[in-house]
Amino acid sequence: MAEIKLVPRGKIGITVEAEVIRPDLIAGKTKEQIEELLVWQGPKELPLSQFFEVDIQGNGGSPEETKIIIDGDVSRVKRIGQGMNSGMIEILGPAGMYTGAEMTGGKILVRGDAGSWSGMELKGGLLQISGNAGDHVGSAYRGSWRGMTGGQIIIQGDARSQLGGGLAGGSITVEGNVENFCAIRQAGGLLIIKGNAVRGLGAEMSGGTVVILGEVKNFSPGFVHQGIEINPKIGEIELEGRFARFMGDYAVGKNPKGMLYSRMAQEVGE
Amino acid sequence: MAANSTKTMIIKNGYLFDPLNAIDGEVKDIFIREGKVVSSLSGPEAKDATVIDARGKTVMPGGVDAHSHVAGTKVNAGRLMRPEDHYKSVRKKTDITHSGSGYTVPSVYKQGYDYAAMGYTTVFEAAMPPLEARHTHEEMRATPILDMGAYMVFGNNWFVMRYLKDGDIEKAAAYVAWMMRTHKAYGIKCVNPAGVENWGWAKNVKGLDEPNIHFEVTSREIIRGLAEVNELLGLPMSLHLHANNLGHPGNWETARDSLMITSSLEPNSKTELEWAQTRESAKRKQTVYLAHAQFNSYGGSSWRDFCSGAPDLAKYINQTENVVIDSGSVPFGPATTMTGDGPAQHDLYMLTGQKWSNCDIEMECGSGVLSLMYLKSSPVHATMWAIGLEVLLLIDDPWKTIMTTDHPNGGLFSQYPQVIAWLMSRKARDDTAKECHKWAYDKSSLGGVDREMSLYDIAILTRANSARTIGMAHRKGHLGAGADGDVTIYDIDPGDLNVNDPSYIVSRFSRPDLTIKDGQIVARKGEIVYVPEGRRYYCQPHMDEDVEKDMMRDVRDWFKYYTVGFANYPVPDKYLKNPVPIPVNMPMEAVVRR
Repeated sequence: MAEIKLVPRGKIGITVEAEVIRPDLIAGKTKEQIEELLVWQGPKELPLSQFFEVDIQGNGGSPEETKIIIDGDVSRVKRIGQGMNSGMIEILGPAGMYTGAEMTGGKILVRGDAGSWSGMELKGGLLQISGNAGDHVGSAYRGSWRGMTGGQIIIQGDARSQLGGGLAGGSITVEGNVENFCAIRQAGGLLIIKGNAVRGLGAEMSGGTVVILGEVKNFSPGFVHQGIEINPKIGEIELEGRFARFMGDYAVGKNPKGMLYSRMAQEVGE
Repeated sequence: MAANSTKTMIIKNGYLFDPLNAIDGEVKDIFIREGKVVSSLSGPEAKDATVIDARGKTVMPGGVDAHSHVAGTKVNAGRLMRPEDHYKSVRKKTDITHSGSGYTVPSVYKQGYDYAAMGYTTVFEAAMPPLEARHTHEEMRATPILDMGAYMVFGNNWFVMRYLKDGDIEKAAAYVAWMMRTHKAYGIKCVNPAGVENWGWAKNVKGLDEPNIHFEVTSREIIRGLAEVNELLGLPMSLHLHANNLGHPGNWETARDSLMITSSLEPNSKTELEWAQTRESAKRKQTVYLAHAQFNSYGGSSWRDFCSGAPDLAKYINQTENVVIDSGSVPFGPATTMTGDGPAQHDLYMLTGQKWSNCDIEMECGSGVLSLMYLKSSPVHATMWAIGLEVLLLIDDPWKTIMTTDHPNGGLFSQYPQVIAWLMSRKARDDTAKECHKWAYDKSSLGGVDREMSLYDIAILTRANSARTIGMAHRKGHLGAGADGDVTIYDIDPGDLNVNDPSYIVSRFSRPDLTIKDGQIVARKGEIVYVPEGRRYYCQPHMDEDVEKDMMRDVRDWFKYYTVGFANYPVPDKYLKNPVPIPVNMPMEAVVRR
């Protein structure tokens, strides 16, 4: 088991793009080799050592046994863990945009907030955010309609807009509240929101499941009420309580298969 | 690398494939002086020349793309609506090149570099709406290396329809001539004639003899009329037709009937040009050039009994001498469809539910853009793949065919090498068919086709015939004395070529050893080493001044319906870099005066 510790050297001005911070890329490298990895800052390619102090504890060549600990505020560092397929990253502070985007395996723990587009088009693995998340987390890239296809995202705080846009597989759970157009164009997978949403929830949805325990301020108009379910089961997961079940979004499709469970909307059905 | 300042060059010992000079793989040296091919160099000239040893390699004239969508508003709309198309396809800047991005619809810089790196030096934009001519020229001006020109869309133009309804071919010709001069257009494009005008009322036309709304003119009348205008003016290129009923099952009959309309016309090119030497005739023989035949070679009556109609269409084309087609082949993968055929794009949107954009261009035409993915697993797409190869393989005379993907509609220009591999190798086709839905061979005749094209055939389909068909063979598509010094050297030894190794064909055609333009090396093994500015070709047809005066009165009268002022309508000269106007239909006294 090798533990690589990266400590940010003070404040970062122009944001840094550090997709090289990946256990599967760093595994088996020496301290010097890691320091020489190149990251982009604006138009310049600079060595990682310009921004981080590197320290290695233990050894172990395989990516699975490699853990990267980032000790500090990396909210101005983008793309940490982007595309990683194994190993683990633990960030002891806030993380920047695109954290864990397109990852296919392994684990990222963010002990703080995570920036927008984190977990974008996730294909596998786990991204856990203990603070709040920005916009477009777990969503498709701009212009694409196919977002996350596998893996799991857990957000312990709030998320903002377009969470899980184009979700096609895997699952996202938010303990707190979300804002607008979450699960937009969802085609599969599962999104669980334990708090409230503002509007556009499940807009243009064609498949998959959204569960919301709190309130939706402006409910999407293209959803049709289908009945009340008590302790409904969604795959392996059993929800507790009375839920109103809706199907949609009929605003864009003739035969949509999107399911929306709402605990607060149950009165609608009665 | 800096420019070889002399533009003088000797390419030695290569196997030359130059179909317009009937040279089929002979070892032959090529001499270029000041950017032009010459039969020999003097002693002092030869001493200063750049010498390239092409021993064991395949040498062809620079590639000529006769039909591609690379400049204009619809291309830009494709870029704007597809950020996901640009995200992962990027090109780093170098000391001499710009950065760029885009996979199916690259940025203008990337397009220029990618074409040149693939051995193409000349590319024609296939659809320029008059109102968007400025934008088209702006993008062409920004495109590096390539020589370019654009065909202007006339098939649903109000003035053209009005004159053709009145049977006034002379006025129609005067209008077309004035428009081509005004907007610096090279040829006449006709897209779904009569149908796009109906699209303004959410309709299309069915069949060639349905009068359209208001103008009450039929597709047949427009095709016939524009082809007559084309030959009356004597344009270098024939009418370029995007036939009616495109993309619908059973449309091969529409295509055949459309091609028959011009069969009684004679090709009549009246240009004042210096012609480089060729063994074969470099003048076009066709009176109609059908665009992307694949999209118009469908059999069946619905998507359920959909099948190839290519054998039937090919049978007709094999019997006639006045038709050239380009294929619009479908090599699978992401594409962005873009066409002036608004109703066809709407049908495609209803079929796929993909991102779609649509536009009506005032009194002139329409347009639509849609993002699409061609899948081997899709029965229809697999059949389209087969049809896109059938139209090239079933037409016996290669001089009636041009290889394209209708970039980026059927596929991308960067996939040409893949299409070449399928044309040259039966095994390549069989291998792909195995990965496809069974309709690929079940619903087409491709599985029974043994023909494997030679390098000579490929040279016809990718440079010689494309240049001849569009009337550019006076300087492009061959290496006779006087031709432009555009040469592509592929790392292929014709003696050793094993067509059962398709990946070899793909890699060698993707990255030629050298692309030479006007006697200067522009790309080496895919890397851009020199970035010259290309030329912009357009026609300046002359027409009787009295007819033109009459016609201009009509134009001024109807111009009140336009959203632009008359003074802002023309494309100013400053929009063109290195313009090359081609005088057409000059009166005798003007020719004598010169």
